[in-house]
Amino acid sequence: MIDLTARAGAFLVAALVALIAAGFAQDSGYAVHMGILCAAALIACWATLRKADYNAIARGLLKMPDEGRYDDDPVRWGVIATVFWAIVGFAAGLFIALQLTFPALNLGSEFTSFGRLRPLHTSGVIFAFGGNILIASSFYVVQRTCRARLAFPSLARFVFWGYQLFIVLAATGYVMGITGAREYAEPEWYVDLWLTIVWVAYLAVFVGTLVKRSEPHIYVANWFYLSFIITIAMLHIVNNLAVPVSIFGSKSYSAFSGVQDALLQWWYGHNAVAFFLTVPFLAMMYYFVPKQAERPIYSYRLSILHFWSLIFLYIWAGPHHLHYTALPDWAQTLGMVFSVMLWMPSWGGMINGLMTLNGAWDKVRTDPIIRMMVMALAFYGMATFEGPLLSIKAVNSLSHYTEWTIGHVHAGALGWNGMISFAAVYYLTPRLWNRQRLYSLRMVNWHFWLATLGIVFYAASMWVAGIMQGLMWREYGADGYLVYAFSDTVRAMFPLYLIRALGGVLYLAGGVIMVVNVWRTIRGDLREEAPMSDAAFDPARDRPIAPRPAATPAE
Amino acid sequence: MSYNELRHFADSYGLAAMLLVYLTFVAWAFRPGARRRNEQAATMIFAEDETPQAGEGDKTHG
Repeated sequence: MIDLTARAGAFLVAALVALIAAGFAQDSGYAVHMGILCAAALIACWATLRKADYNAIARGLLKMPDEGRYDDDPVRWGVIATVFWAIVGFAAGLFIALQLTFPALNLGSEFTSFGRLRPLHTSGVIFAFGGNILIASSFYVVQRTCRARLAFPSLARFVFWGYQLFIVLAATGYVMGITGAREYAEPEWYVDLWLTIVWVAYLAVFVGTLVKRSEPHIYVANWFYLSFIITIAMLHIVNNLAVPVSIFGSKSYSAFSGVQDALLQWWYGHNAVAFFLTVPFLAMMYYFVPKQAERPIYSYRLSILHFWSLIFLYIWAGPHHLHYTALPDWAQTLGMVFSVMLWMPSWGGMINGLMTLNGAWDKVRTDPIIRMMVMALAFYGMATFEGPLLSIKAVNSLSHYTEWTIGHVHAGALGWNGMISFAAVYYLTPRLWNRQRLYSLRMVNWHFWLATLGIVFYAASMWVAGIMQGLMWREYGADGYLVYAFSDTVRAMFPLYLIRALGGVLYLAGGVIMVVNVWRTIRGDLREEAPMSDAAFDPARDRPIAPRPAATPAE
Repeated sequence: MSYNELRHFADSYGLAAMLLVYLTFVAWAFRPGARRRNEQAATMIFAEDETPQAGEGDKTHG
């Protein structure tokens, strides 16, 4: 009872502090955010008091978790959150793609302008969609591979809800124009502090579960997850070192300046790609691909080599975002060299995943989830080949600041991160809700083809747009003047922007199909449908060859 | 330590030490004695399928 009162009281105090901060707020955005925090604390207080088992408390019983069962509630919420944020993030992306095509869609309002909605899209897909499936799948995988129940159950719930609060604060902040203006790290100082608390709790839950494992070996997927959690903590804290103007205001200034600040930002930015969008998704690959294919990983040794190579190489690749800038030349070359070296371990990992299907390649034809995983790995391979290519200074002089970069990012994000996440969602949903199977495998197949076609439209149009744009920018006439104005390139890209938006429509449509499929699976419905594949059978021909009467010769 | 000293240390001893640590980690996984352990580690994720827990539901579907 004392514990319960203390907890509810702490939430009330937090709500009061937020309310006071809202009162002293120096800008309206900060006031709104403190209002959201106050509401969140009150909801948490209400939930604490409502959910408590008063009968057990009255009888002096301590409710102990059943150590013989996995703690899957946070995983279930995580899967639902993943599907929800996927639609939000994809829809925001489609909308800003259409804004680039038809600028009138900025709607003449600061709140719906491209500049504010773009971080909403990037953070929405990376941190909301990607982050939720990573937290959920890591909680699922670490329990299964350690054969142990999740450590610190209430902390795990705090991680889930705290992370959702972070997403809401970040998203509302962007729309209100609150931004630290750091790529993929736009949230301001107080939201960063909140994420740090949530992240340390996440680390505690994950490591706590590893510590109480009953398997002697820590499966390689957990290495990837753990490196993700630790490195993101380090990147997040260092990149966001800043001095707030006032503790009652949203604005802060970076602790660094000039080229140091730029390099720090891209040290963070590229390692966000590495340790948020690559390493933990590889963790998913190392667990879900073998499970779905029902075969062990092709080479466990290769997975270890893959792991250490990524850890030792990736951290140096960031400077390739600053080619031909004030950054010292040697640092640019260093970034380029390490980026090119990364090609090898990346492809080693891709081959390791693909070869897991050796001897079971027929599953690509019969199992649409395997098909998604294979497509994800194919795009992982493509993106990790294109990345080193783009990091070469000569190539970068053409590609940098063009749509080619956008195409590259989306080949990786839509193809690799998206597809492997969808596959994980489809793997997890029937298991988490104890269903016999998914509502419909054929809808997974539809999702697969819509998404694949969407990526093809997206990547192809952005390649053409990017290279065209790059060539137009550097086109000199005989008189030594630039041939094209910037506006010429914008006009030339209109049809390609349209094709890109079409790709987005297809990808979003696939996401909507996933929502229906997951929703119906959770409800427990089973769609009556023909199986994906069946051995050929024709009843009309299923008969013996009867001896035919010999033809009577004509007289 | 000045910036230059730090940089010289980083691209000589620092780099060599990192490389050595990396090679050790990789060699450890590739040593002949690790073969059996690697095989065990690779197949341990299927152990739960062999002894289905009560109420865990059907595990063969995707």
